[in-house]
Amino acid sequence: MSRTASAPVLRGRRWWAEVGWRHVVGVVMIAVCVLPLVYVVSASLNPGGTLTGSNDLFRTVDLQNYADLWGRGYGGWFVGSLVVCTATSVGTVLMGSAAAYAFSRFRFTGRRGGLTFLLLVQMFPQMLAFVAVFLLLLSIGDVFPALGLNSRLGLVAVYLGGALGVNAFLMYGFFNTVPRELDEAAKIDGATHGQIFWTIILRLVAPILAVVGLLSFIGSFGEFIIAKVVLQRPQEYTLALGLYYWAADERTARWGLFAAGAVLAAIPVVLLFLFLQKYIVSGLTAGSVKG
Amino acid sequence: MSDPQAVTTAAPPPTLGGGTVTPHARRRPSPGFFVKLALVATVDALGVYGVLAAAAVASWGIVAFLVLALVVVNWAYFSPRALPAKYLVPGLVLLLVYQIFTMAYTGWVAFTNYGDGHNSTKQDAIASIAEQNETRVEGSPTLPLSVVERDGELGFAVVQEGVVEVGTAQQPLAPAPDATVEAGRVTAVPGWDVLQFVDVAGRQDEVTVLRVPFSDDPADGSVRTQDGSTGYVFRPTLAYDEATDTFVDTVDGTTYAPSDGGNFVSADGTVLTPGWRVGVGLDNFTRAFTDSRLSGPFVQITAWTFAFAFLSVVTTFALGLFLAIVFNDARVRGRKVYRSLLILPYAFPGFLSALVWRGMLNEKFGFVNEVLLGGAQVPWLQDPWLAKVSIVLVNLWLGFPYMFLVCTGALQSIPADTIEAARIDGAGPARILRSVTLPLLMVSVAPLLISSFAFNFNNFSLIYMLTGGGPNFVGTPVVVGHTDILISMVYSVAFESGTKQYGLASALSILIFVVVGVVSWLGFRRTRTLEEI
Repeated sequence: MSRTASAPVLRGRRWWAEVGWRHVVGVVMIAVCVLPLVYVVSASLNPGGTLTGSNDLFRTVDLQNYADLWGRGYGGWFVGSLVVCTATSVGTVLMGSAAAYAFSRFRFTGRRGGLTFLLLVQMFPQMLAFVAVFLLLLSIGDVFPALGLNSRLGLVAVYLGGALGVNAFLMYGFFNTVPRELDEAAKIDGATHGQIFWTIILRLVAPILAVVGLLSFIGSFGEFIIAKVVLQRPQEYTLALGLYYWAADERTARWGLFAAGAVLAAIPVVLLFLFLQKYIVSGLTAGSVKG
Repeated sequence: MSDPQAVTTAAPPPTLGGGTVTPHARRRPSPGFFVKLALVATVDALGVYGVLAAAAVASWGIVAFLVLALVVVNWAYFSPRALPAKYLVPGLVLLLVYQIFTMAYTGWVAFTNYGDGHNSTKQDAIASIAEQNETRVEGSPTLPLSVVERDGELGFAVVQEGVVEVGTAQQPLAPAPDATVEAGRVTAVPGWDVLQFVDVAGRQDEVTVLRVPFSDDPADGSVRTQDGSTGYVFRPTLAYDEATDTFVDTVDGTTYAPSDGGNFVSADGTVLTPGWRVGVGLDNFTRAFTDSRLSGPFVQITAWTFAFAFLSVVTTFALGLFLAIVFNDARVRGRKVYRSLLILPYAFPGFLSALVWRGMLNEKFGFVNEVLLGGAQVPWLQDPWLAKVSIVLVNLWLGFPYMFLVCTGALQSIPADTIEAARIDGAGPARILRSVTLPLLMVSVAPLLISSFAFNFNNFSLIYMLTGGGPNFVGTPVVVGHTDILISMVYSVAFESGTKQYGLASALSILIFVVVGVVSWLGFRRTRTLEEI
């Protein structure tokens, strides 16, 4: 229970009973949390390692696996994943903020209906319709091959299609907290709605933009099922798909290579996460779940 | 794609249906206007290209949609009255295509037999049945044949009664008067490369399946070859009769009539493949419950899906809350360090953790068995029950940091004097937790528990990456296993079970839609009652 920091300093037995055991719990839990991560780092440093060879932690330390990654399509997956996720998060932020601006600042026919509609849509996860997504992209591919199956642009379009339903509400709420007087003042000074949107509102809601962009990036980085349905050739795989195929076949898999790929893939996300922790936490509690 | 510079000047916000209209005289083209013009022009150009391309392949649905979308886009960005639409159109168009349409499409497919063997229309099915059921005409002359190529497309050049004819799979044989013939074989055709024996051998697979028709009428038959140098005449053994809408076997006279199931079927029950798409009503929905080979696994999988989602929420929440309470004491030093390290599993991408755990839980070589259990061979992922336990434990590892973060945040917002008051009234720690902390905590955490349930109900990647749904059930018509949840079952039915059954998969998707929808709806209602506390 929360107590103020001015509580008397405890010693000996009472310290153990009230504080000390908490450290024991913490240390045990940290061991549980960190062990798999230590294991994967160790495996990544074990050249030519298989599953068996990876069990002695840090028996060898060699960067050979990292060097070997590049000849096997990993670079393409890495760049491809970054491109897909960046495009998705930028698009999500732009579309979501534009929609939230319209709902928050304009009064028009169908506004209430539109908001209710978004609320309903958000209840139905897009990934459940993956069969229809596959069939849709199959027919779009006849007309626009660039948006069909096996196209990263097509994958981004699918992700963006699901973005509005999930994020518009989160952003709408935040936009409403920005006082209207600000844009009314700007309007009186002769600013257009475009100027108000780009130069005033977007600056003021920057925290929520960062959260939505980040969650969208992390979400699409780990998204698997739609990516697997849309991208079927190894050249276009995202990291999630590529690494899955490396790790899935336990008999032939070069476990060390997979581990190295996993470490490289995780580093940017983990750093981003730890660095922006408190923003992400506020975004999480505002209604999203890890994807 | 919202325009940075508006067309309208300061005016009361116009409305969609007949608001204020800004006079034309006050428009000043600004740089933003030209940006908008360029963007809309690009969209228009792509749209028009799309309309033409879609018309060329006769996708009339896409044509209609594109035309409508273009009208809406141009109206939104050039009409001064469509102010909100300028901000809504890009998102709404994508939402309509990729979410609303796909949901509706799922609904439609669920009522059809769409899938392998029923992929297309009846016309396509008739053409491909006629094409596939061909036999060599006995006693017909063999034709000297050369394999030719143009832009990567293969074709045949044959000599028929002294005349050279060239054709491909798409283009029936047509005379090629300028071709050179040496020793009865075609050696050169203008506009085509004649392949040498070595090249033919290299593309043997393509050559043996190539079928060049004599004319546009399938009944005339086609030329095929086994060795790339002799052509044989093939004629269809099944003739389609348009008047009676039946196929007749030209050899034994059997008639095949179209059935309700979207196939041509003979009187003795022989089915011609492929068939075509037809509506099957509620068959897909009832199949999951009535097909005895499917209903057993389906019931088990449904039960496991609920159990898994429920256990995920309960275990992660319990551990997360416990840790949050443990570290919510200001006297614990280094709380920041603990927190940063405890959320590491959450920061590490989930799909990677699942794959790492898959390796660590390997029966023979995994870290857990080899090192932690001193060489035991526990079948973590091979035994049905242990696999379920493993999934719940790995998910606990993945998910408790989220609950820890959320609970920490919620605990800090509970006023300290409320708890102080309870303590003065004589409540012990357990009583305070049960009667004060938990109810207050639930107000902010309950909606997250609901969405966590919905998320885990569809936690495809964890299941797929950790166990792949295995160990598999034996004797089911689809490849599903003890740890499959509904969504991974849908995936397996749609893509991984030999024959793809999009109809059945979509019907199952809809059942999940319903469950998730009901849970979310109940969640919303429950949240509202909590907020009234």
